[in-house]
This record gives sequence, structure tokens and C-alpha cells, in this order.
Amino acid sequence: MSKPVVATTSLAGCFGCHMSLLDIDERILDLIELVEFNKSPIDDIKTFTKECDIGIIEGGCCNSENVHVLKEFRKHCKTLVVIGECGRTGGLPAMRNNNASITECLEEAYLNCVSVQANDEKIIPNDDELPMILDRVYPCNEVVKIDYFLPGCAPRADLIWNALVALVTGDEMNLPYEVVKYD
Amino acid sequence: MSMVIITINGKEFSAKTGEMVVDVARKNGIYIPTLCNMEGVIPQGSCRICTCLIDGRTMAACTTPVSHRMNVETNNAELEKIRTTIVELLFAEGNHYCPTCERSGNCDLQALAYRFNVLVSQFKQIFPTRNVDAKNPKILIDHNRCIQCKRCIRRMGGSGKPAWFSFKDRGHKVKVNIDHELTADFTDEMAQKAMDTCPVGAILKKEKGFDVPIGRRKYDTEPIGTEIEKEGAKL
Ligand code: SF4
Ligand code: SF4
Repeated sequence: MSKPVVATTSLAGCFGCHMSLLDIDERILDLIELVEFNKSPIDDIKTFTKECDIGIIEGGCCNSENVHVLKEFRKHCKTLVVIGECGRTGGLPAMRNNNASITECLEEAYLNCVSVQANDEKIIPNDDELPMILDRVYPCNEVVKIDYFLPGCAPRADLIWNALVALVTGDEMNLPYEVVKYD
Repeated sequence: MSMVIITINGKEFSAKTGEMVVDVARKNGIYIPTLCNMEGVIPQGSCRICTCLIDGRTMAACTTPVSHRMNVETNNAELEKIRTTIVELLFAEGNHYCPTCERSGNCDLQALAYRFNVLVSQFKQIFPTRNVDAKNPKILIDHNRCIQCKRCIRRMGGSGKPAWFSFKDRGHKVKVNIDHELTADFTDEMAQKAMDTCPVGAILKKEKGFDVPIGRRKYDTEPIGTEIEKEGAKL
């Protein structure tokens, strides 16, 4: 039997969840025995080359590119697993949802922030090539159907490992109290 | 004070008339989840997390006084569903960015979500626009995290004295208001008491935070209510 195929992506996240995935230490060797990776920053495969069994999503949607990638994942993966607070609730990027407009965010990032140093022409990037920023940050389940959620910022490595092994082997998911946390 | 006999989860206990079901259960090592309720503070029964089946009807255990031969069921699948739904609603209604919150790991709302194994809320988040009031020299009020439990209002200030905390506005706009004049000379002890009164991270003592490392916080290793249940196991 061929190995289950896994794809991963980081949308509006900080890559912390992917770091946590790598935090499974030497079990990464077992993981490679268990599954085959397709589109993922881990192996740098940029586009889907086959249909996948499990898609792992980090981060929510803050721009049009995130929405596009998330919809691609839904199309090409049988099961979608959101890992981390940003994908699950919007997370820290969603802090702009309740008290700042896009204009305020962009002005803060490119004009007013204390760390802005070399922008004398006061340019806010607006190239056609750049994805459009969304009106607010959306948790993944407000964009496509998500099958499983693994909370944490970042999710504990053991949580990701336990869940992934259960999904691959078909065993029951064992999520001990200490590893299911919102921070 | 006369005594009554009540049955909780099939076992008989004696209790004093006037005692609330939630307190009798706690004394006997049975945990009923609570949020707006606080030991020693006049109960108000607003959050409904403590909903139990009392003589066949769903009632708030914190505001229901015991009566002779009362029959209480503290937990079943339906009650757990009610409680989980309330927790999910509270998360959807405020702005709870737990990874940024000083109270994370020590927060009763979060701890209840852990206890009920909430992996995602069934409700869409509202992301309401709320602010932070940091005028007081000792504490700050983060309205984003306030669950309107009124514990601060009920516990801080005291009878006869002018209220330090009060509710302002109505309905979904209701918010906790702190009287800045009356609390201008807040001591460190008062600030600590205010913070400890709040079940979530809405009242925080200034100049201190994140002082307990992850792994050693109140709810890192054991679910909320475990202490009470451990006492119960000894009885
Ligand atoms: S108050 Fe509790 S639930 Fe809200 S953000 Fe803080 S830790 Fe999370
Ligand atoms: S500030 Fe805290 S104690 Fe006061 S009503 Fe809000 S959540 Fe309750």
C-alpha cells in the first residue's frame, strides 16, 4: 500500500506551528517512514503534484493569496487539519479585526511605526503583483470546511504528533489534557 | 438553623437550609463548574455554567437554595453540552487572544474550555470594538476580555460604601466602569484583590505579568475543579 500523502502550508501565521511540527525531534524519522510529503515549505514543493490525504494548515486568511491557497488545499486534500490559534480563531493577526481599519494598519506598518526608517516618499506598497489585503482576518473555518482543529500557540509537538499518527493509522486520537492549550 | 437531606448524583448529604446547591456540592467534594459565582460573594446566577438538573428541571445551582429531599444531578451529556455552548458563546462574544493574555493558564474561562475539550467554537467570532482603560495607577481594565460576570462589582467596594466598580450602558453594550476618583489611591493589596476577583484577564495588576512559566500555571496540568474532586475522593 502506498503511503498517505501530506501537504502543509503557512497562511497568515508566523511559521511557529511548522517549527512545532519539527519539534517532534527524532520522531521525524518515523514520520518519513509513515507518510510522503507533497506541497509543503518543509520539502519546498510549491504546487500540488498529486491528490493528498491530509492537508495541514497553519494561519488564518489575511489576504487574497491565503484564501486561494486554502481553497486549493480543500480541493486537493481529503482531510484538512488546522493547527494553531491563527488558523483556528484568527489569532494575533486578527487583533486588527476589532480596533483598526486597513488604512490604519498600512499607515502604521509603512509610515508611522517607530521602526520605519527609509520611506521618505511615504510609499504604501500597492503593486498588482501583491495579494489584496482582506477587510479583516478570517479563521480558516470561515472560508472552507475544516475537519480537525489542534489548538495552541504554537500547538505542542506531542499534540501534532499524536493527531497525525492517529489520522494516518486510523487509531483513536489521544489528546492528553496537558497538550491541548490555547497559548 | 435546621438541616435538610439532599441527594446529589445518587448520594445523600445533609445541608443547612438556605445553603446554595453549588456550595453544598463543593463542601462534599463534588465539582459543579462556575464562572460568575465566587465563594463568599452574593450569587447572581447570570452565567448559567452551573446549570444542573434539580428535581428534573435545569436550574442554576449557585442561586438555588437546598430544600428537603431535593434531588440534584450535576452532570450528564445534555448539561455538558449546555455548559460548553455557554463557554463557546463567551469566546465568540469578546476578544480573547489567549496567547497575548497575562491571565492565560490561570483563567477560569479558558480552563473551562479545556475541561470541556473545546477544540473550536461552533460560533463565529463577533470581534466587537472595545477598549482598554489603563487610567488607574495600579490596575488596568481590558474590556475585550470582560465576560460581564459582575464579580468585581459585587466583591469590591462593599456595602454602604460608594461602588468602585459599576455597570455602564445596557444590553450588548454593557461594560464595567471603574470610578477613577474613588480608586485613585488603590493599594497594591486592593489591586491584587481586584485581579483575583476577576475570573478572566479583564482586570490586571500593572507592572507584573507572565511571572509564572508555562507548565507551572494553575490550569497547565490539571483541569479546573480537580482540587474539589480530589477532596471528594478523600471523603
Ligand atoms: S481572559 Fe482568558 S480566555 Fe480571554 S484571552 Fe485571557 S486567557 Fe484567554
Ligand atoms: S471585569 Fe472581570 S470581574 Fe468584572 S465583570 Fe468583567 S469579567 Fe467579571
